[in-house]
Amino acid sequence: MSKQRKAVALISGGLDSMLAAKVIMEQGVHVEGINFFTGFCVEGHTHAIREHNSAKPNRNNALWVAEQLGIKLHIVDVIEEYKKVLINPKHGYGTHMNPCLDCKIFMVNKAKQWIVENGFDFIITGEVIGQRPMSQTKSKMPIVSKQSGADDLLLRPMCAKNLPATLPEIEGWVDREKLYGITGRSRKPQMEMAKHFGIEDYSQPAGGCCFLTDKFYSAKLVDLWKAQGAKDYKLDDIMLLKVGRHIRPKAHFKLIIAREEGEGRFLQGYKKEFTSLYCSSHPGPLALIDGELSAEDIYFAARIVARYGQGRTEEQVDITVTDKDGSERVIQAKPFTKDEVPNEWHV
Amino acid sequence: MQALKETLNARRLLCPLPVIRTQDKVKQLNPGDLLEIICTDPGVMHDIPAWCRINGHTVLETSSGNHEYIITIRVGE
Ligand code: SF4
Repeated sequence: MSKQRKAVALISGGLDSMLAAKVIMEQGVHVEGINFFTGFCVEGHTHAIREHNSAKPNRNNALWVAEQLGIKLHIVDVIEEYKKVLINPKHGYGTHMNPCLDCKIFMVNKAKQWIVENGFDFIITGEVIGQRPMSQTKSKMPIVSKQSGADDLLLRPMCAKNLPATLPEIEGWVDREKLYGITGRSRKPQMEMAKHFGIEDYSQPAGGCCFLTDKFYSAKLVDLWKAQGAKDYKLDDIMLLKVGRHIRPKAHFKLIIAREEGEGRFLQGYKKEFTSLYCSSHPGPLALIDGELSAEDIYFAARIVARYGQGRTEEQVDITVTDKDGSERVIQAKPFTKDEVPNEWHV
Repeated sequence: MQALKETLNARRLLCPLPVIRTQDKVKQLNPGDLLEIICTDPGVMHDIPAWCRINGHTVLETSSGNHEYIITIRVGE
C-alpha cells in the first residue's frame, strides 16, 4: 500500500481555505490546519470587548473551520516575527496598511518550516487567481512559492489547474484532474463547491483576514508610528488600536475613550500603564492617556473626557485623574461642546 | 504516574492568545494531567472547548464570575 501523504493547510477561517483543505482530504491525504496569529487577525477580540456584539457568536473561525473539517489546528503565535513583515514590506502595502504579498510569503515560509519539523509532505492554501488584487494574481503566485522557499511543495487546490503542476501532482500524491481551476473575483464557484460538499455555514470576511485592510485601523496605526517617531509596536499598542475612540488633540498625546462598558472594562486593565480619567460626578466613560502631559494638558484632556459623559451639558464636572502608580486626584473641568472637539482630532 | 494539576494565568489576553498559551502548556503535560486556565476574555468559553474537541482533550468544568472565566481540562492521549 502506498504511504499516506500529509499536508498542512493554511486555515484563515474563511471559505476558500476551508474548501481547499476539503478538496485535498477527499483525495485521501491526511490534512492538519495551521493558523498564524499576527496580532492583527480579525478574530473574537473586538466581539469579545464590545458589549453590543456579544449577541453574535464570537467564535474563532479558524477553530470552527477545523472542527467542521474534523482536522487538528495548530495556532502559531507570530506576533514578534510579523513585525518585520509589516514594518518594512519588500513588496509594499496594499490599499491600506496590509502588506499582503509579504504576509503570504512569510506565512508560507513558516508553514514550510513547520512541515519540515513535523514530517509533513506539502502545503495547501485557499488562494484563487484574481481573487485579491495584490497578492493573488497569476504573476504573484510564483513569487509566493519561490520567495517563501516552499517552491513546488505549495499546492493551491482551488486554482491548481491554471498553474504549473506541483510536486504532489507530479508524484501522484494528489490527482490533478480532481483539483480546480477557479479564477476571478466571483464567489459563485466557491458557493457551488460549498454546496457540493454540504458546507452550509461559513464566514465570508469582506475585506480580508486582518485589521490591516481596514481604513480606520490603518489610519490609527500610521498615527501611532508618526507620534512615536518610529515604525514599531508592542502587542498592547495594536490591541488598543482596536478599542475605543482615539482622539489626538495635540501631537504629543492621545486619548483612548471607551465607547461602552465592555471597552471600559478592557481599558481598566491598562490603568497601570497609562494615566486614566473618568467623570466622577456623572456617569461617563473611562479614558486612557497615551503621552506625557503637563497640568494644562491634563485639564484639556479632562474637558474632552467630560464631553463624552452624561454631564456634557453641565457648566462643570468632576474628573478623577488616576496616575500609573494608582494615586488619584479630582479636578473640575468644563465639558467641551461638540464643535470644540473637531473631526481632525479623531484618529 | 501521578497526574499533575497546573494552572495557567491567561488573564487580560484576548482570543486566540489564551488558546495559544493553552496549546503550548498542554505540550509540556502528559495525558491525564489537569490544567486550569483562568481568563478574562469571554471568547474562551467558545474557543477553548472547540480547541479541546479538535485535539482530543476533555473539558471537565467551566465557571465564570467577577468577569473571570475558568476552564479546567484533562489532557488527552
Ligand atoms: S489581509 Fe492581512 S493577514 Fe491576509 S494576507 Fe493581507 S496582510 Fe496578511
